[in-house]
Amino acid sequence: MYKILEKQVLSDVTKLVVVEAPQIARKAKAGQFVIVITHERGERIPLTIADYDREAGTLTMIFQEVGKSTMEMGLLEVGDGFKTIVGPLGHPTEIENFGSVICVGGGVGIAPVYPIARALKEAGNKVISIIGARTKELLLWEDKMRAVSDELIVTTDDGSYGRKALVTVPLQEILEAKPGEIAKIWAIGPTIMMKFVAATTKPFNVPTIVSLNTIMVDGTGMCGGCRVLMDDGAQFVCVDGPEFDGHRVDWNNLMSRISFYRSEEQAAVERWRESHKCNLDRMVAEGVK
Amino acid sequence: MAELTKKERMKIPRQEMPVQEPEDRVENFSEVALGYTLEMARREAERCLQCKDPHCMEGCPVEVTIPEFIEAVRVGDMAKAVAAMKAKNNLPAICGRVCPQEVQCEQRCILGKKGEPVAIGRLERFVGDFELANNTFAVTKGPSTGKKVAVVGSGPAGITCAVDLGRMGHDVTIFESLHTPGGVLVYGIPEFRLPKAVIRAEIETAAKALGIQILPDYVIGRTLTLDELLAQFDAVFLGTGAGLPMFMRIPGINLNGVMSANEFLTRVNLMKGYEFPEYDTPVKVGRKVAVIGAGNVAMDSARCALRLHSLRARTNGVERGEVHIVYRRSPAEVPARLEEVHHAKEEGVIFDFLTNPIEIIGDGKGGVLAMRCIRMELGEPDQSGRRSPIPIKGSEFDMEVDQVIFALGTSPNPLVFVNADGLERSKYGTAVANQESGRTTLERVWAGGDVVTGAATVISAMGAGKRAAADMDRYLKGESTW
Repeated sequence: MYKILEKQVLSDVTKLVVVEAPQIARKAKAGQFVIVITHERGERIPLTIADYDREAGTLTMIFQEVGKSTMEMGLLEVGDGFKTIVGPLGHPTEIENFGSVICVGGGVGIAPVYPIARALKEAGNKVISIIGARTKELLLWEDKMRAVSDELIVTTDDGSYGRKALVTVPLQEILEAKPGEIAKIWAIGPTIMMKFVAATTKPFNVPTIVSLNTIMVDGTGMCGGCRVLMDDGAQFVCVDGPEFDGHRVDWNNLMSRISFYRSEEQAAVERWRESHKCNLDRMVAEGVK
Repeated sequence: MAELTKKERMKIPRQEMPVQEPEDRVENFSEVALGYTLEMARREAERCLQCKDPHCMEGCPVEVTIPEFIEAVRVGDMAKAVAAMKAKNNLPAICGRVCPQEVQCEQRCILGKKGEPVAIGRLERFVGDFELANNTFAVTKGPSTGKKVAVVGSGPAGITCAVDLGRMGHDVTIFESLHTPGGVLVYGIPEFRLPKAVIRAEIETAAKALGIQILPDYVIGRTLTLDELLAQFDAVFLGTGAGLPMFMRIPGINLNGVMSANEFLTRVNLMKGYEFPEYDTPVKVGRKVAVIGAGNVAMDSARCALRLHSLRARTNGVERGEVHIVYRRSPAEVPARLEEVHHAKEEGVIFDFLTNPIEIIGDGKGGVLAMRCIRMELGEPDQSGRRSPIPIKGSEFDMEVDQVIFALGTSPNPLVFVNADGLERSKYGTAVANQESGRTTLERVWAGGDVVTGAATVISAMGAGKRAAADMDRYLKGESTW
């Protein structure tokens, strides 16, 4: 069992856990991910590594409760644990001093963009970060991002905090204001956000790295379920990625593939909610939010 | 039982294996072949002529002393049968179920020249199952050598190698990338052919007796690398198999509903997708499924799809679909075990021979509408010795399917070769290793099984694990140098 040492509730649906996994923390680098299983009957799901502490032997992961497995994970408390954590998987981010770079994080994607921004900053880059979320409540790690960025722009879709805009708006403005200055861009967030970031940066011809989160089973190259169509053929996100050149990804195919099991996911959530209903009723009766 | 004459023995018919009837078994994932009773086993054992110069053993990659164990079964001395078996084969309950005996031991049985060979595989399974139920044979660890060995991968090659090394007195640690040990036995071979409980029992019993430590969730090449293993262990065996799926380079392979047999089988077997939503991993089965290829993995995929159809028909009331095996060669070239093909046909799998997909056509919503195929004819024998299939011009046609499963073989996973300077690989990505000793081009590293040969059989991997263990033992005891 991989024990949870710390838990933070970042929003109603966003949780942070710090987990004991020394053999992975030893090796983890920015850009990599792990596969976790919550319990005996659980599924293998990929989670990006938000942070790691080699000395303490811990990994930090942030996840949003979007399906049954992540909802169950959300119920785990300090002292509980994961049945399996395996990794670090995928290629680490290639870090060097590129000059000026932009790191874009959307929603829960701010978490994995953080160690990349930090490593880029440590390598001597001028880091401009843009972080955004649907609404203020879903925004996370603003202070941590600020600490590793030369400039930080915050947006929310509904204007409840920071600038009322999609992340692509300030991104476009920077690229227009500083032609030829930005050497590289990283974007991590919902697939639709990454698609539009890539579309925004393409006319400026600035290399744009995205970190894809696809359906996976083993995470080691065995199942091929994570394949993504690039302009020159299919690649496996788990072993060839998770980072890819955003300008070469077939985004429509990717969006279609990640929704393949949507009906099963919904059915699982409904069934799970049903079975937890009595507990929820009790909690509501006791006045717990 | 009175001794029979040779003539009388030869009159005994080969004992049929009791099986679940096809119409019953497509409704469940329980084992198809039910195993001999003691009476059946003893009667089958009576058929063995106890040849003075037995050829059956030559066909066994792990050199089981076949006449010896069969004679013990015949006289009902099961403890002796188990001891004879376990002297050579650590996993008889598994081998008895998945070995292609018809091209190994049984092919060489003298009885097969005129009639049917002794059912060596079924007897082997009987002995293996008897041992799992009765524990008559204690595998013991040899006098400790103080040497530490890392075995990478817990499939047939790794487990066999680890158990032999343990019996020789070495301290063995197995690193497994998945969350459950067993490798392809667990993720690839379905429950109805090889129950998970059998694998678990065989592995757990041996590991416990020999003090073998099994560490799941370790991806060598990521969590630890080969150079780090070499710093911590005296010797390393790589039995990482061939886990990378192959897809055809045709349009449409990234549509939803197109998948590797590895993905389909892993969802079904390892993750128990057929019990979704009791288990969390979903698995889809199309109304009309095409499995491309005709090896054992293709048969396993097709038969899993049939069972999923039955289960879904029962729970959701949907109409049962069709499952096709689409193969570019003819029935004569089918690489799967005879028994698997037979079972698949009995269960209702439809075989489309001399047919090859050239494109998968989308439904406009991301899914599969049809598969464009071309008819093939057989030409001259190719490198594999089999007649090569040649497309027939103008014979294209569309096959209406909504799921396509590629079972075209697999190649070794390159992850293990990270930080393994000096470890040579072939152009196919397999590790270069001496066939007899298993030695690779990197000192103190041995390899065997599919990682060396490319996708092959469970028993050939076990044979390689065994030979490597013997050589590792000589090296570790200072009886041979690198």
